[in-house]
Amino acid sequence: MLSRTADHLYWMARYLERAETTARLLEVGARNALLPDPSGGYRNDWEAVLQAKGTLEEFKEKYGEPNQRNIETWLFFDAENPSSVLSCINAARENARVVRTALTAPVWDAINSAFQELKQLQRTERSKLMLSDLSEWTLRTCHLVRGCIQATQLRNDGYDFMGIGTSVERADNTARLIDVKYYVLLPSLSYVGSGLDQSQWALLLQSMTAQRAFNWTYTGEITAQKIAHLLILNRKFPRSLLSCVRWSCEHLDNIAENYQTGTRAQDVAHQLLDDLSRATVDDIFDEGLHEFLGRFMARNAGLAITVQDVYLHGMPA
Amino acid sequence: MSAKQAPIFNEMMNGEDVRAAYRNLEQWYRSMPAELRSLKQSEAEALFRRVGITFAVYGEGGDPERLIPFDMFPRVLTDGEWRKLDRGIRQRAAALNAFLCDVYGRREIIRAGRIPEHLVTNNEAYEKAAVGFMPPKGVFSHIVGVDLVRTGPDQFYVLEDNCRTPSGVSYMLQNREIMMRMYPQLFMENRIAPVDGYAGLLKKTLASVAPKKCMSEPNIVILTPGQFNSAYYEHSFLADLMGVELVEGQDLFVEGDFVWMKTTEGPKKVDVIYRRIDDSFLDPLCFRPDSMLGVPGLMDVYRSGGVTICSAPGAGVADDKAIYTYVPEMVRFYLGEEPVLENVPTWQCAKKDDCKYVLEHLPELVVKEVHGSGGYGMLVGPKSDKSTIEAFEAKIRENPENYIAQPTLSLSACPTFVEEGIAPRHVDLRPYCLVGEKIELVPGGLTRVALTEGSLVVNSSQGGGVKDTWVLAE
Repeated sequence: MLSRTADHLYWMARYLERAETTARLLEVGARNALLPDPSGGYRNDWEAVLQAKGTLEEFKEKYGEPNQRNIETWLFFDAENPSSVLSCINAARENARVVRTALTAPVWDAINSAFQELKQLQRTERSKLMLSDLSEWTLRTCHLVRGCIQATQLRNDGYDFMGIGTSVERADNTARLIDVKYYVLLPSLSYVGSGLDQSQWALLLQSMTAQRAFNWTYTGEITAQKIAHLLILNRKFPRSLLSCVRWSCEHLDNIAENYQTGTRAQDVAHQLLDDLSRATVDDIFDEGLHEFLGRFMARNAGLAITVQDVYLHGMPA
Repeated sequence: MSAKQAPIFNEMMNGEDVRAAYRNLEQWYRSMPAELRSLKQSEAEALFRRVGITFAVYGEGGDPERLIPFDMFPRVLTDGEWRKLDRGIRQRAAALNAFLCDVYGRREIIRAGRIPEHLVTNNEAYEKAAVGFMPPKGVFSHIVGVDLVRTGPDQFYVLEDNCRTPSGVSYMLQNREIMMRMYPQLFMENRIAPVDGYAGLLKKTLASVAPKKCMSEPNIVILTPGQFNSAYYEHSFLADLMGVELVEGQDLFVEGDFVWMKTTEGPKKVDVIYRRIDDSFLDPLCFRPDSMLGVPGLMDVYRSGGVTICSAPGAGVADDKAIYTYVPEMVRFYLGEEPVLENVPTWQCAKKDDCKYVLEHLPELVVKEVHGSGGYGMLVGPKSDKSTIEAFEAKIRENPENYIAQPTLSLSACPTFVEEGIAPRHVDLRPYCLVGEKIELVPGGLTRVALTEGSLVVNSSQGGGVKDTWVLAE
């Protein structure tokens, strides 16, 4: 496959997944804002959301103080924010457009329709748009595109490059979503274990559509340990870091089999998987959740770079 | 021969009677409720939009991905009419290629005094790098788009030849797809010659001109300037139909004696490049050094027989509007035959007498720039006001070599759907002739239609539309 084609497929998948995370973050932020503030006064969890997305500075420069309306604009509609839902959907569609012939008609159709619908949303009066509708729309769109990919794409290298894009991005995004929790708690560690802490963890589950998964897998009350296990180490949960890395490995193994030669990217992915498989929740909390997540994101990014080097530049690395 | 006097030939009608070829269509139209038609029209548009068949016009504001208006009233050619066109086009494509081999080779036509040397060597498209080079199978122009207009039942004229990278073939194919989908019964009631073999023929043609150094199944690619090109949709469409890679310059590189493309499995050798970028962008080492579109070193590989470029660099020297006047001469000179198709009578402003005539008759004539395309930079005398004509006159006086003029032909018109029903609108026709080991042509072409009443400009960049073109099988 042409390297550039693989590159576009890979990034199309990444941008889709990124749009989904932004929508999920918006949802977390909005719900968080509905929670009572135990210390009384003004709560500003929105900053945590922006911080997790790494765009707090840009936001402040443009809008000043974070309020919900501005954050919605920034995270959903603002073309200047590269990770806004709008930017991500547009970028995904642009990548798809360039490699139209590598996609099945239903996949292209789903992405292109989303792009058209988004234009329609942009023209709609903002007072008529509920935040939850916007995030639901985004999730539905991403589910639809992925569903079409699953159902119709040939299982060739193109499919695997889309798969790697999805799993690498999702691993990063899950880590970021967990990290929001860290930022929320940052001002005062004394909340740990409190009722508020509890509801924030529950919220995190909700943002990942994981409440039911949690209930099926764990008994008793929600604790940080259990949630960390679900979102980081649980093999059955499809957004856990372990699952994501496992998929990266599977797709890379498929490609190696197709091409009849293994690569460095495969080694890097398997190394990361081995380490995660051996980790325990206690290790993670001992290291510090934030520190652990930071380290994971760096290694996951390292995997992404290796994939680029090995496959997407078209020259022997 | 002025538009004002000559009656317009309506291709559907013979006086008050409907011509035989159109009888079924006329019935079809009469029995169709207006609501159904508008429903089908919007369905078709939605299909075009969804499939992404758009015509990108960047840098002009407005929708960068606009649809070319699609008219659902087909244009019909009888088998007899087509056979003549088919013969004439093949003949022309053969003569044009013979001419190209000659002017980059022994130059016999010039030495015989049949074509003035300066028209060839001073031509912008004349490629010094091609001199003395013979491309595989002696083919310079592999896809020849011959633009035709009609003025009467038996009268077709060639308006121009496109020997470089004629576009629009995707519309020919898609218009047919959409019509078959919208009105299947029409295809049961009429015996319409299929055009869907085009992609297969194109691939065969390209494979047949693989370079000598290619020892196995040739690896064919389409080279596009990228997604911002107005014909990008067509490039990806053709790549898809042929099952070949659509590449950009950045995907290719030269190493050793070959051209390679960058793949996820490492470099892969490329044998035939169907390029859809201009000569001057092909190789920054050879042509424009500022261009990012091409492949450094490509021309060296080409000249040493490591890769075939379709159409060959330099093919454009055969299709400019000054050379055009000599094509009938080429047919006689190289093939020893009389041309089947006529040229439009043309005055060359480069010639003193011609120029004098042109300047005296501007209000009756169509004046074109020798290198112009897309309907830009032309004067349609009878449709222009005095000041426009005067402005053009000044331009011609300043640089007469740059202009040719033709009489305003009274172009035929085809029934076309308009607000009130159907009305005749002017059309032209571009069939696509493939030249490789053999010369191949599918029965049909792209009919472009001027949607504005009375307008003669059918170019898509100027708001023209397209329609399905039927050749009725015998």
